[in-house]
Amino acid sequence: MASEELTQTGYIQHHLQNMAYGKLPAGYERADGTVMEQAGWTLAHSTQEAADMGFWAVHLDTLGWSIALGVIFCWLFSKAAKGASTGVPSGLQSFVEMVVEFVDGVVKDTFHHSNKLVAPMALTIFVWVFMMNLMDLVPIDWLPLGAQMISGDPHLFFKVVPTTDPNATLGMAIGVFLLMIGFSIKNKGFGGFMKELALHPFNHPAMIPFNLFLELVGLIAKPISLGLRLFGNLYAGEMIFILIALLYSGGLVLGAFGAGLQWMWAVFHILVITLQAFVFMVLTTVYMAMAHDVDEHH
Amino acid sequence: MNINLTLIGQTISFALFVLFCMKFVWPALISIMEEREKKIADGLEAADRADKDLELAQKKATQQLREAKEEAAGIIEQANKRANQIVEEAKDQAVVEGDRLKAAAEAQIEQEVNRAKEDLRGKVAALALAGAEKVLGASIDENANSELVNQLAAEL
Repeated sequence: MASEELTQTGYIQHHLQNMAYGKLPAGYERADGTVMEQAGWTLAHSTQEAADMGFWAVHLDTLGWSIALGVIFCWLFSKAAKGASTGVPSGLQSFVEMVVEFVDGVVKDTFHHSNKLVAPMALTIFVWVFMMNLMDLVPIDWLPLGAQMISGDPHLFFKVVPTTDPNATLGMAIGVFLLMIGFSIKNKGFGGFMKELALHPFNHPAMIPFNLFLELVGLIAKPISLGLRLFGNLYAGEMIFILIALLYSGGLVLGAFGAGLQWMWAVFHILVITLQAFVFMVLTTVYMAMAHDVDEHH
Repeated sequence: MNINLTLIGQTISFALFVLFCMKFVWPALISIMEEREKKIADGLEAADRADKDLELAQKKATQQLREAKEEAAGIIEQANKRANQIVEEAKDQAVVEGDRLKAAAEAQIEQEVNRAKEDLRGKVAALALAGAEKVLGASIDENANSELVNQLAAEL
């Protein structure tokens, strides 16, 4: 653990590890050499521990930040909605209305069915994902250092960008996927949905296994690509921030160079985070539209 | 980087936020925005209508002005005509009155002349009678000679 802090690889690894809280089995040897006397829930102290926790662990930082940001989104937008008037909008209201109008326009362009859920979902996705992505622009050591100081644990793992955790992005993608299947079955009927899977693209009984294979792969690929696209972009972006941050340990000249690079990458990253939030929203809307298209043969 | 329970937690929180947004954020904002849109559209329409109304009113005002002018001109013309007519009438009346006066005067004059003639005739008859009396030196029986005298007087 201590060696992780000192080397550059350790620095990078430390920044890429979430604050995992999970169950370790009895007799497990911790990173600091102690042995778990009995199975119990605890914070992971090393990457290995986090990996050994398996599925039954939560990333407190990912969930904490995403929920906190989601609550901020809900609070801000509901406040604007509550205080909104039909007069000339100003301040928060005009900003919120601008976002809502933008999202509404995008949804109306791609989604032509009547559904009360899709547009609010698109808004939630856009703003929430954008806010989570925005955490990437906070200098990468500030919040983790602050958390370490407050908790008094110098080895605390603390990742502030929820979208660099595949759990977060895939979690949302799964939500979208479930809705997609739900709406498909609701609009096309279970039989219709199955028919779509079995009889496309080759409408012949002999081709059913082949069709099923193709369509199922296509279906599963949707949420996975949706989640991994966002994750990959943000993960790569954060990785570059981490690499740039390494320059600060290389002396004054390299540090100044790093500062310039960080600024440039941050400016470029503003585009990336907005674009990725937008892409996630548009793809979700498109998937919802596909789930509603009854007649279309593709 | 491990797939774990966070996945499900994130899905649940995602669903909750979407639900919240669907219940409390989206409908309120959209309805207000639509209301405003309608208000603005109404306002624009009202402005259009007001423009049209104004144009119409201006047209009407010009027309009324023209009508009033025409009417005034008509009245003036009529008044002029009437004045001329009155003058003509007055002239005619004056002529008629003059003629009447002249005729009356003439009639009076004639009457006077006639009376003077009668008078004169009477006086001449009397004078002739008196002269004849004197000439004859005798009195003439007035009754007997009056026819003669009258005849004489009528011949004068």
